[in-house]
Amino acid sequence: MIRINCPFCGERDHSEFTYGGDATIVYPALDASIEEWHDAVYLRENIRGMQSETWHHVSGCRMWLVIERDTMTHEIQSVRPAHDAIAKALETEQ
Amino acid sequence: MSRYSAWAVFKNGLSGQKSWERAWRDPEPKTHYDIVIVGAGLHGLATAYYLAKNHGLKNIAVVEKGWLGGGNAGRNTTIVRSNYMMPGNRQFYEHSLELWEELSHELNYNVMFSQRSHVSLLHSPAARDAAARRYNTMRLTGSDGELWSLETLKSEIPHLNYDNARFPIIGAAVQKRAGSARHDAVAWGYARAADQLGVDILQNCEVTSVTRDADKATSIETSRGTIKADKIGFAVAGNTSRLWQMAGLGRLPIETHKLQAFVSEPLKPLLDQVVVFGVGGAHFYISQSDKGGMVFGGDLDWYKSYAQRGNLPIVQDVAECATSIMPCLGRVRLLRHWSGVMDMSMDGSAFICKTPINNLYLNAGWNYGGFKASPASGWYFADLIANDRPHDTIAHMDIKRFERGVMIDERGAGPDPKLHG
Ligand SMILES: Cc1cc2nc3c(=O)[nH]c(=O)nc-3n(C[C@H](O)[C@H](O)[C@H](O)COP(=O)(O)OP(=O)(O)OC[C@H]3O[C@@H](n4cnc5c(N)ncnc54)[C@H](O)[C@@H]3O)c2cc1C
Ligand SMILES: [Zn+2]
Repeated sequence: MIRINCPFCGERDHSEFTYGGDATIVYPALDASIEEWHDAVYLRENIRGMQSETWHHVSGCRMWLVIERDTMTHEIQSVRPAHDAIAKALETEQ
Repeated sequence: MSRYSAWAVFKNGLSGQKSWERAWRDPEPKTHYDIVIVGAGLHGLATAYYLAKNHGLKNIAVVEKGWLGGGNAGRNTTIVRSNYMMPGNRQFYEHSLELWEELSHELNYNVMFSQRSHVSLLHSPAARDAAARRYNTMRLTGSDGELWSLETLKSEIPHLNYDNARFPIIGAAVQKRAGSARHDAVAWGYARAADQLGVDILQNCEVTSVTRDADKATSIETSRGTIKADKIGFAVAGNTSRLWQMAGLGRLPIETHKLQAFVSEPLKPLLDQVVVFGVGGAHFYISQSDKGGMVFGGDLDWYKSYAQRGNLPIVQDVAECATSIMPCLGRVRLLRHWSGVMDMSMDGSAFICKTPINNLYLNAGWNYGGFKASPASGWYFADLIANDRPHDTIAHMDIKRFERGVMIDERGAGPDPKLHG
């Protein structure tokens, strides 16, 4: 079991979360070229090692998180809210 | 090298079974091969075999970082079927099933292919309609398929949960020519047959980099030295992205996820067919091995991973599925469970194609359905490498299909690799 330290709920089993995917993917503008859209939707780095990825605390606070996790050892390096504004608000609060 | 036969078993019995030859050689790597296939799983070994057999090619090597058959080849739940419907998959998997039917003879190796029927349970009229469409498509395109009523199903498989199920069973979609095979035997059979045709199988030989000269790959660096090659084929399943990046090719429509499998203690004969249960969030498939163990599995572990090591929530999910569909398994003990790393593609279908490098070829994206594909995968990949053009049957099995808007998405799950099967 991977244990994820949710910034809102504390340390929880990963089974409370849903895996999203590669957090480095940025969708292009709506009117961007079909090639740019193709690359964002279909192509993946598929890193073996530390990767930035999204998880949804679906059975907890329901917040989307960005987690740095090693895809070989499953070790987690960092967890933060996916929305920048919320991440910042949390930082100033602490 | 000698052929296996009843006579050979008898003859070797007279000398205490001590005079059998090794099944394949253990050669030293040469400095140059005409064709190098990376990955001695089923697809790599089958490719080497058909290159030599169908195309008469020589000077071929298969390089493998571990031992042959130690990847997904030796980790899968061995289900073989051809109940695919999408154009691009239909013909390919049907051809594969036809190759399976002759494989033991072809390889002179008993792969224990058992056409014991593949029975997909149905739980709603909508599911039955969808199955009728799929299985009719199969019948119209030269395959077999039938729908079983609840009465037929009960008489064929009496011990499913018909009384108290959360999702009552209303019938089944059945492919009788489908079944299972002994996975190790398939790897060993292809390895031995390829070796007999002169293919060098180089184990403990990990590829660490690919040397390029503009649009040509000239050689590979391995843990056993540099090997030059005129043509190179990748067949490394869950490690495809890594090899792709060694060749400097960037990103692929693939993510690596892991899938677990389970085997119970051996039981007396209990289940004659392969049974599949999938409804709502559940996904479960089970058969009984010749040794008596119940062999079963379920979904992926749900997050990307290169670790060949499964997680516990899936053990629980799979156990829940098992006892909900076959309550008689409730007190059966688990003997072993393990996992393998899958090359999950963006539409759930595979790639057998050319690449941006002229003499480099790709075989990947098998999701968790690549065991059944092995013979045809090797057959068409060999054909591609030998003739340097895709056969019509695999024309859409290329990584460019997403650019053309051609998805081969059997599940209709969209571009999220973990949702395919
Ligand atoms: C638990 C599980 C259950 C499954 N159940 C089924 C099923 O019921 N039916 C079905 O049809 N399919 C099933 N599959 C899928 C099937 O096993 C795979 O799709 C198929 O085996 C993949 O092809 P392969 O055999 O060539 O892969 P592998 O056996 O994984 O071969 C790839 C090889 O490449 C080698 N390699 C990797 N990197 C390097 C490198 N750098 N240098 C040299 N060699 C390298 C690896 O060591 C490995 O041996 C299942 C898979 C798993 C894990
Ligand atoms: Zn939370």
